[in-house]
Amino acid sequence: MTTVSSLPPRKGRNVELVLLLLAVGIVVLAYLNVGLATQGTFPPGLLAHGTGLLVISLAFHLLLRWRASYADPLLLPIVTLLNGLGLVMIHRLDIAAGRDVADGLAMKQLTWSALAVAIAAAVLFFLKDHRTLRRYTFTAAAVGFGLLLLPLVPGLGRQVYGSRIWIGLGPFSFQPGEIAKIVLAIFFAGYLVQTRDVLSLAGRKVLGFTMPRARDLGPILVAWVASLGVLVFEKDLGSSLLFFGLFVAMLYVATERTSWIAIGMVLFSGGAYVAYLLFGHVQQRVLLWLHTFSPEALAVSDQLARGLMGMANGGLLGTGLGRGRPDLTYFAESDFIVPSFGEEIGLFGVFALFMLYLLLIERGMRTALGVRDGFGKLLAAGLSFSVALQCFVVVGGVTRVIPLTGLTMPFLSYGGSSLLANWSLVALLLRISDHARRPLPEVEQAAAAQAEATEVVKIR
Amino acid sequence: MSELTLTIIRLGLLVLLWVFVFSVVGVLRGDLYGTRVVSRLPGRRSGDRAARAKKPKPAPAKKPSRGRRVPQSLTVTEGPLAGTSLRLRESGTLIGRNPECALVLDDDFASGRHARIYEREGQWFVEDLGSTNGTFLGSQRLTAPVPVEVGTVLRVGKTVVELRN
Repeated sequence: MTTVSSLPPRKGRNVELVLLLLAVGIVVLAYLNVGLATQGTFPPGLLAHGTGLLVISLAFHLLLRWRASYADPLLLPIVTLLNGLGLVMIHRLDIAAGRDVADGLAMKQLTWSALAVAIAAAVLFFLKDHRTLRRYTFTAAAVGFGLLLLPLVPGLGRQVYGSRIWIGLGPFSFQPGEIAKIVLAIFFAGYLVQTRDVLSLAGRKVLGFTMPRARDLGPILVAWVASLGVLVFEKDLGSSLLFFGLFVAMLYVATERTSWIAIGMVLFSGGAYVAYLLFGHVQQRVLLWLHTFSPEALAVSDQLARGLMGMANGGLLGTGLGRGRPDLTYFAESDFIVPSFGEEIGLFGVFALFMLYLLLIERGMRTALGVRDGFGKLLAAGLSFSVALQCFVVVGGVTRVIPLTGLTMPFLSYGGSSLLANWSLVALLLRISDHARRPLPEVEQAAAAQAEATEVVKIR
Repeated sequence: MSELTLTIIRLGLLVLLWVFVFSVVGVLRGDLYGTRVVSRLPGRRSGDRAARAKKPKPAPAKKPSRGRRVPQSLTVTEGPLAGTSLRLRESGTLIGRNPECALVLDDDFASGRHARIYEREGQWFVEDLGSTNGTFLGSQRLTAPVPVEVGTVLRVGKTVVELRN
């Protein structure tokens, strides 16, 4: 026999501040380490980058105190640390490439971070209740699929290294798939919260699974076709896996039925196999994955091999920041930032980074458990699962668990669109967690107000 | 810059990273917001979920025991909630079907606010709150507040409650 009682809610804003200062401190130490190891002096950019990060994160912290005081206190420090460490690594690669502090990628990344935080702050400021988003379920669907297909528009889309996932507007280039991830999560949450009863209740039992009715298979088939379309036309396995996986996971969260996962896996592996048979670029990826060090694979690309050698060079404790050669790998600052870290801070350090991602995802899932409305639950679960899946796709790709694809590591990788999308995602999670942790309004007060109102009528 | 300083900074960075991870985990542990589940008597059948969820937190004991005969808690010995035990409060412990009661009964023979156990000048009393089917002390139906002590057995509908210290 047990009793269940509510605990008084904690805001945890001071805990957040302490952790935030610790996070910035770690970043400054890492920056100092890079400067001392590469130039032997106190790094000149330390003040600019360190103060920049501190100001950005403290401003966001103050906004949280003001607008979402019950929001989860752990999300912001974790994200700040990841973003800051990404900055340090990009700065370190700037030094290796001989770029100056002022026109290096790190400065651009810091500018993007500031912009991303500003947009996240705007999301948090203007979106007072995440349930408002539910009104835009089908708008989100249209926008999401539109963003996904935008790179296919002739003249706008750009093919970069085989994948057509970029759009170019003048000097700027942008990966719309990153934003589409969030928008589609909103759509899936709004759609599934309406239809989950039908999807979870109707159906026959086959081999212990409750199979859905044929007509209920419609949505999953649409999602499957869309994700295969991305795979075939944009040649991007990563985004394709991300969107389909997101949909299947949210379907599972909404209906609690394992049969959806089985169906999803069968559909995806079938589709991927057919794509493998039909398309050369998929075969190439698989060759690189299975036979990385074979002469045929090395003739195509030695990027993955270089990344693996880098991580092997790092070993358990790493070569130390500034002492390895991560710059030997192409895209060491974006797709291959995990091997860069693996080389310089070692298995120990990389596992600390993975723990940070794990904790970030855990906080998202905890938010999903805590929030009281179905839409919020699905949205928080979907958003945090999308981060989880993206980390899996990236880390799995560079460590040869799955074929390598061109996704970015959230917060760590160089790239404006990725930063914008992921900071906004965290802003949404913070907003939902604020609702989840905020105590319910006092019922007695409402009752007292009602009683008074009746009394006023009686007075006459 | 000497190699030693660099090594210290490098390893210090790794240590700090893990310190951060563990401090986050430490906050997590203290941050299990929402509900607290308090286990009472193990090994008995659990009672009705609604009653369990709505039951308010038992007040912590403020005063030490003032004697062996002074009851401090009540335990359900028979009925669907058998095994439940909760602390008596000086302000009064309500028993009934109403969710606001301290002991919420799921019993067709109990009234919404069935009985109350309360303290007056160091003595505990049980009082029937005008229930339909009555509160029984042994075979005697209560009509007025009756003093109780440790070991007193009360019957409310199908539920039997015993006072303990």
